[in-house]
Amino acid sequence: MNINDTRISDRPITSDLFKPNLAKRYNLDRVFAFFAWGATTIAVAILAWLLITILIDGIGTLNWNFIDSFASRKAERAGIKAALAGTLWVMGVVAVFSFPLGVGAGIFLEEFSEDNWFTRLVEINISNLAGVPSIIYGLLGLAAFVRILGPITGGRSVLAGGLTLVLLILPVIIVSTREALRTVPDGIRAAGFALGATRWQVIWNHILPAAMPGILTGMILSLSRAIGETAPLLAIGAASFIAFTPNGLQSSFTALPIQIYDWVGRPKKEFHDLAASGIIVLMTVLLLMNAGAIYLRNRFQQTR
Amino acid sequence: MTQTAGAMTAHKIAFQAEKLSVSYGSTMAVKDVFLDIPQNQIVAFIGPSGCGKSTVLRCFNRMNDLIPSAKVEGRITFKGQDIYDKRVDAVELRRRVGMVFQRPNPFPKSIYQNIAFGARINGYQGDMDELVERSLRDAALWDEVKDKLKASGLSLSGGQQQRLCIARAIAIEPEVILMDEPCSALDPISTLRVEELMQELKQKYTIVIVTHNMQQASRTSDYTAFYNAKATDQGGKMGYLVEYDRTEVIFQQPAQQSTQEYVSGRFG
Ligand SMILES: Nc1ncnc2c1ncn2[C@@H]1O[C@H](COP(=O)(O)OP(=O)(O)O)[C@@H](O)[C@H]1O
Ligand SMILES: [Mg+2]
Repeated sequence: MNINDTRISDRPITSDLFKPNLAKRYNLDRVFAFFAWGATTIAVAILAWLLITILIDGIGTLNWNFIDSFASRKAERAGIKAALAGTLWVMGVVAVFSFPLGVGAGIFLEEFSEDNWFTRLVEINISNLAGVPSIIYGLLGLAAFVRILGPITGGRSVLAGGLTLVLLILPVIIVSTREALRTVPDGIRAAGFALGATRWQVIWNHILPAAMPGILTGMILSLSRAIGETAPLLAIGAASFIAFTPNGLQSSFTALPIQIYDWVGRPKKEFHDLAASGIIVLMTVLLLMNAGAIYLRNRFQQTR
Repeated sequence: MTQTAGAMTAHKIAFQAEKLSVSYGSTMAVKDVFLDIPQNQIVAFIGPSGCGKSTVLRCFNRMNDLIPSAKVEGRITFKGQDIYDKRVDAVELRRRVGMVFQRPNPFPKSIYQNIAFGARINGYQGDMDELVERSLRDAALWDEVKDKLKASGLSLSGGQQQRLCIARAIAIEPEVILMDEPCSALDPISTLRVEELMQELKQKYTIVIVTHNMQQASRTSDYTAFYNAKATDQGGKMGYLVEYDRTEVIFQQPAQQSTQEYVSGRFG
């Protein structure tokens, strides 16, 4: 002990081996801050430009008549009633099915399953499925929900469309659920078990509430993706010219992205403006949906 | 080498470990422990890090079941019943053998809910408000939190959180409380409060505490078990119980040289 002390105090107090070089470090700081600021600005500017052009094009034709009318060959009479209703129906189906399935599968894989070759295989597959192009899911949906399960789904129906989108977003929900569950400290699990709780009691009372904000974030991202998907709905053959709102799960339907896609593809400028109005409506629905999910998420965060 | 304390026969025995060995995967963490835990006494586990104190402690409420690679061999009885017997339910055992962890780990819920949860899942039929108050009083926390039972358990200081965890553990009326370095994350004043608390809890409960603090072991415990680790042929370390006796004996005239060196602070 004493020997060490002498050695330290014998050393010169200042050493010229350290070169703090503050000026250079602060410069690097500034350069990095500039790049980060630049990246943010470019992203926001592009988004703003998109929004503004859409608003300029679409705001003129956006009125109650537009919301409350069905599709029409005449641009001045055309509206998105059927597409808006279709999207709401489909998203309802997506939310109702994807939440319990995705979260349930995430809980099983993270909390219940043992680590063996089978669960590892399932895990690898789920991660890969998240990257499969959406048109492939459309073809799967066409084969599975429209053809094989046609008698139950009613063919090219709200249910078939919704379930196809559920398949599309399930991998993302499962992966994000697992991530959220993983962030819950193990101390909470240990505390629950040490009080004589069963595994389900620990998960239901402690793990899930703590993970819920993260799970809902994954849900928001997934639903946002689903609501804008066009390709899989086209693949299962959702119609674009429909003059009624769905009246049930087996009803045929159209959806906002399909309607917008249809209008954009027409030669007349008037329809392009209608497409812009449709995009505004789609974005509004998206924002409302996310606002709802964020509200729920904040409620969960407050109770911590 | 692993003798049982002589005066132990004076007390009823809560736990009896016979030739207890625990391995994680293929590495043996602690081997051949023989140990009796007397009822209504405080038993301290001391020893250098990694010699298996926590591992042995986790055997008493079968928390090792939750670690897939852990394998427990030997026999542990609790009041005569083999707790690793197939007929013994780990969930029921854990109600009778509570645990307080090294890091305070209150649930991210209200103080009230932290206490009520254990009672609720274990089918408590009585008055919940009364139970919450009694448990908090027993854990010497009531006066500090009685006006904010709805506040989050996480809003408390570290020392208060640890007493909340103790309150939560005693709310379900266990017979034993296992404490794994309960004071290592606490300041000296909170530590003293927890130690005082242990003396009071001793009237009702059997306590086993792991501690790195020699003074704490000698101040609070009736019996002390000293663990150490030795190098194995495979190049790893393996824990074993060196000596177990009344705390005065361990601290004043231990039978083993290594115990003497450890308690006087000369190694570890
Ligand atoms: N969950 C675990 N998985 C694998 N090895 C573990 C685990 N917990 C403890 N060990 C190992 O068992 C040995 C004893 O650990 P532990 O019981 O925590 O010691 P102590 O509490 O005395 O410091 C150590 O070598 C440690 O690395
Ligand atoms: Mg330990």
